[in-house]
Amino acid sequence: MADSTPQAMPQEAAPISEPPPAAEPLKTSTDSGNGAVKFASRKVCVYYGEKQALFDVDLDVLKNKVTALIGPSGCGKSTYLRCLNRMNDTIPICRVTGEISLDGVDIHSKAVDVVHLRARVGMVFQKPNPFPKSIYDNIAYGPRIHGIASSKGELDDIVQSSLEKAGLLKEVHDRLQEPGTGLSGGQQQRLCIARAVAVEPEVILMDEPCSALDPIATARIEELIDELRENYTIVIVTHSMQQAARVSQRTGFFHLGELVEFGETEQIFTNPQDERTQGYITGRFG
Amino acid sequence: MSNAVATDVQVAPNMNGSPRNASEAVAKSLKRRYAAEKRFRAYGLVAIIFAALCLAILLVTIVGKGYSAFTQTMIRLDITLYPQDIDPDGTRDPDVLSTANYQKLVKQAVQDLFPEVTNRRERRHLQEIISPGATYHIRDAVLEDTSLIGQRLVIEVPVSDDLDQFNKGFISGDVPEVERRVSDKQIAWFNRLKDRGVIISTFNTTLFTAGDSREPELAGIWGAVVGSFFTMAVTLLLSFPLAVGAAVYLEEFAPKNRWTDLIEVNINNLAAVPSIVFGLLGLAVFINFFGLPRSAPVVGGMVLALMTLPTIIIAARAALKAVPPSIREGAFGIGASPIQVVTHHVLPLAMPGILTGTIIGMAQALGETAPLLMIGMVAFIVDIPGGPLDPSTVLPVQIYLWSDAPERAFEERASAAIMVLLGFLIMMNAIAVVLRKRFERRW
Ligand SMILES: Nc1ncnc2c1ncn2[C@@H]1O[C@H](COP(=O)(O)OP(=O)(O)O)[C@@H](O)[C@H]1O
Ligand SMILES: [Mg+2]
Repeated sequence: MADSTPQAMPQEAAPISEPPPAAEPLKTSTDSGNGAVKFASRKVCVYYGEKQALFDVDLDVLKNKVTALIGPSGCGKSTYLRCLNRMNDTIPICRVTGEISLDGVDIHSKAVDVVHLRARVGMVFQKPNPFPKSIYDNIAYGPRIHGIASSKGELDDIVQSSLEKAGLLKEVHDRLQEPGTGLSGGQQQRLCIARAVAVEPEVILMDEPCSALDPIATARIEELIDELRENYTIVIVTHSMQQAARVSQRTGFFHLGELVEFGETEQIFTNPQDERTQGYITGRFG
Repeated sequence: MSNAVATDVQVAPNMNGSPRNASEAVAKSLKRRYAAEKRFRAYGLVAIIFAALCLAILLVTIVGKGYSAFTQTMIRLDITLYPQDIDPDGTRDPDVLSTANYQKLVKQAVQDLFPEVTNRRERRHLQEIISPGATYHIRDAVLEDTSLIGQRLVIEVPVSDDLDQFNKGFISGDVPEVERRVSDKQIAWFNRLKDRGVIISTFNTTLFTAGDSREPELAGIWGAVVGSFFTMAVTLLLSFPLAVGAAVYLEEFAPKNRWTDLIEVNINNLAAVPSIVFGLLGLAVFINFFGLPRSAPVVGGMVLALMTLPTIIIAARAALKAVPPSIREGAFGIGASPIQVVTHHVLPLAMPGILTGTIIGMAQALGETAPLLMIGMVAFIVDIPGGPLDPSTVLPVQIYLWSDAPERAFEERASAAIMVLLGFLIMMNAIAVVLRKRFERRW
């Protein structure tokens, strides 16, 4: 948001004179074998009007990894996720401060256009929300507005390959002109993933993508997330700890707007450092 | 007071008592609840029956009064088209033909019906059984086919409106002669003509093809229909884009602050402003200040557009609000710009609702009279308007004018015009209903 830019700018200039703390490497391109940092956020605070929803969140999203965000409901997981593609811009009362960089570039800086950012960072929502258009048009919409395809044939290819990547092609290849809203819930959610994939994003954000789905559809999506990891960086919000454990490599635990603990998924689930994390994953609250 | 306390005391142990007591209490109160429901249903039923009855009475009166306007009593005249009267020089010049003295021919033909009437006053009286419009019928026939000149022409022309009303049974021969508009003599002549078989009843095409006239049998609603059409066209062209633009801006782009709240309140208030005020505004601003023509559909359309704006804005905003935010998020999420989100997704989804509101607003405008009186669309206009700048009137004003006229025949035509107007309104509302049904919730 507008307020965040002036605050973020000096920080960007700062690192040279003021070396970052060792525990929190800032914008390093590699992280000792863990891969490149895709998103780096530092001191991210979010306010809804007067109410602060996120407090100083520092979090690195690694490339080609699945990062899971867990925590009790209302703790700010979605809010954080929506910072990454600046979806919070669409909420008038929402204000974001702190620094978030994608590939080392501050996403709030003038160099980054929000439309371009959202093309690079796709999003899948909690409730499947296909457009009330045909399956084909749902997927073709993104490429069309971004002018990605230069011909009808190319667009057809994009639609096919996106459906393929979302594991939906087999089920719908013969009814691309039928409305996307006529699919089952799980299929709709995969259609939304295909729609996000179609604009060739680098990162896909998923906000509880399985919460409205039955276990079988959930399993399909989880498989899909694992496949997509090869080519995309994925950040997934989930309220299911099992899901986080199954699909993610890194996990962050949010509580009351704070990022309490963040690290390797295995470590978070087997050996949590913070007692709040421990309490949550052992089911004592949340 | 004491009663209430007593029940309280009674109820309290029941509540704490065994479940059987509680279920007894429920059973008891059930009866009361069902009775209340029954009563409520009865009230609703009564209200609906009352409304239906009123509607039925309204429709029956209008149709009962107006259906007879769809027929017109005609007389078959046998006219000799003497060339010396129509085209003495034989030029067949349309100017000459259209200004020829057909009246003389008609008079002669009527006279020939009853050669025995010789008294000058009676002769004049006899002429009154024919509509003054008969001459136009003959002129039109001649202009259409000049070879008729010099021939005998058998043509059907309207009888006078009073005889028409007499023939339809609205004027009774039983009341004293001075109290009715047709004399005993005319009735006698008319009955003899009827016996001869030259009186016929035809479908009243004039009603649908002519403009207004002082003579009921020559008057039609076409001028008003065309005027209404131009007025509605102007209203639609102005109010639809303005209202949709305003609604989209307020709903999708405007910041929510005190100013937009103020605008919202004002729009809602505007919808409640008496329509005549818009007429005054139109008179002061459009006619007196901007110098636009009086009695013209442009000005009428502009005034009605002002009146319709809030209706469409409110409907459009409701329709835009009804588009689920998830659709907007989905579009934003793949990088659509705000304007793309609106034009590609939100507006198309809201369009049925917006169109429904628009049609309802237009239907309101179509039936509006008061503001148009203020801007002079109440003038007596015979010509069919050729464009939105020509002086014209509109259907409801025509109805108003006719129902104010002294002739019984105009009353009948006013009812017929109401039927036509109602037909248009029902059609528009039906379209709105179909739209609503057709595009209900596609997500
Ligand atoms: N649009 C909004 N307006 C105001 N407050 C909001 C809005 N969205 C979220 N919040 C608040 O921010 C906090 C975090 O919400 P959210 O990020 O949705 O939590 P989570 O996704 O972890 O359940 C909650 O207290 C919620 O009430
Ligand atoms: Mg959430």
